[in-house]
Amino acid sequence: MIGRGLAIVWAQRAMMLSGLAVTAEIVAVSAVLALALGLLLFVLVVRSRGGPLAVAISWLIDLMRCVPFMLFCYLVYYGLPYCGVLLDGLSAGIFALTVYNAAYFAELLRGSWTALPREQIEAGSAFGFHGWRLIRHVVLPPVVMNAVPMLGNQMIQIIKDSAFLIIIAVHELTYAANEVQATFYVPFASFVAAIVLYWLLCLAVEGGVRAMVGRAEVRR
Amino acid sequence: MDRADLLSLAAGALGTLAVSFLAIVVAAPLGLGLALIRWARIRALDPLVAILVSALRATPAVTLVLLVYFALPTVGLSLSRFAAAVATLGLGSMAFNCEIWRGVLLAFPAEELDAARAFGMTRWHRFRRIVAPQVWRHALPALANEMTLLIKVSPAVSVIGVVELTRAAVRIGATTYAPVPPFLVALAFYVPVVGCIVALQRLLERRYGKLAA
Repeated sequence: MIGRGLAIVWAQRAMMLSGLAVTAEIVAVSAVLALALGLLLFVLVVRSRGGPLAVAISWLIDLMRCVPFMLFCYLVYYGLPYCGVLLDGLSAGIFALTVYNAAYFAELLRGSWTALPREQIEAGSAFGFHGWRLIRHVVLPPVVMNAVPMLGNQMIQIIKDSAFLIIIAVHELTYAANEVQATFYVPFASFVAAIVLYWLLCLAVEGGVRAMVGRAEVRR
Repeated sequence: MDRADLLSLAAGALGTLAVSFLAIVVAAPLGLGLALIRWARIRALDPLVAILVSALRATPAVTLVLLVYFALPTVGLSLSRFAAAVATLGLGSMAFNCEIWRGVLLAFPAEELDAARAFGMTRWHRFRRIVAPQVWRHALPALANEMTLLIKVSPAVSVIGVVELTRAAVRIGATTYAPVPPFLVALAFYVPVVGCIVALQRLLERRYGKLAA
């Protein structure tokens, strides 16, 4: 019976693979945007250390980290039209994943920055680096490199959270698996196939992180 | 939103708490058990557990709950919605708990184990008398963090129709044509609950030291 299910899922592989492609696209786009936004938030917090802006941003980051992603996704999808912004499911999903994970990325970078030896930054300013150049050339490189494993973990979280977008009818992998199971009644094979594909995506991210850490070790 | 809507949101909040609490109760001992299997390097089981944990950690809760609820009946195991929800969240959390326990067990100093062995303690005795009393406190901050992740992922079970807070908010939004207010009420429940556990986690970290995982 499972053999029959697997055969059906294999016959529907175009559907499953298009779901996988949508999931990969959503994850890639929102991870890049979230990292950029997270970096921006982090830099703002560092530059206005202790100032009202830093306090406000830290407060927002802490708040975001207490919200379930699915609820945030609903709020974005149903709330943005009230603000005059009309987005389709896919754009709303990418927007939600980006903003939500930017908070986590910023927090991870802040953690990495706190662990950075102060002497390194002091040496940088002793060499005449100030303001933006200090951040760009002295602070950011080690902060980002040291955070790579944590950023990779968060990217796996993005992969997993992307499945929530089924609720706003984004045609991602879980949606595709659900369509296949509903049409042919092969729940076991279709969801197991989806899980295996998610697993492969996550293993690819883990492999990428390991390669980056390895290269950083060589350069050190 | 009227009084009845607020009541159904409160019922949803109770559902969220019940599902999350039961999942934690299921996941904690199972996760520790799997970690012990890996720690003791039980030959046939160790690679199986490693593969299971790796796959579960990569599985979205939404996908897993659909699998548990729709696929298990095809192999003759029918679970109620609520049981399927607890099983799903419990399985996911079990995998993370396993990694947390494995982390603290691997970080345990080898010298102390050698000393215990030199005293002729059996494996179980070593764990019970030497390892367990010391490692549990190092696992606490990470376990608290995992609890917050579990609560944040719990709305996933609404896709199979379990009555919990997010689903209650969606249903009220669908009948009143004003979806945002019930979501904000739900937010006002999740944020303090998760916030309290985060505060607890920070307290535990200060007291027992951060886990190097």
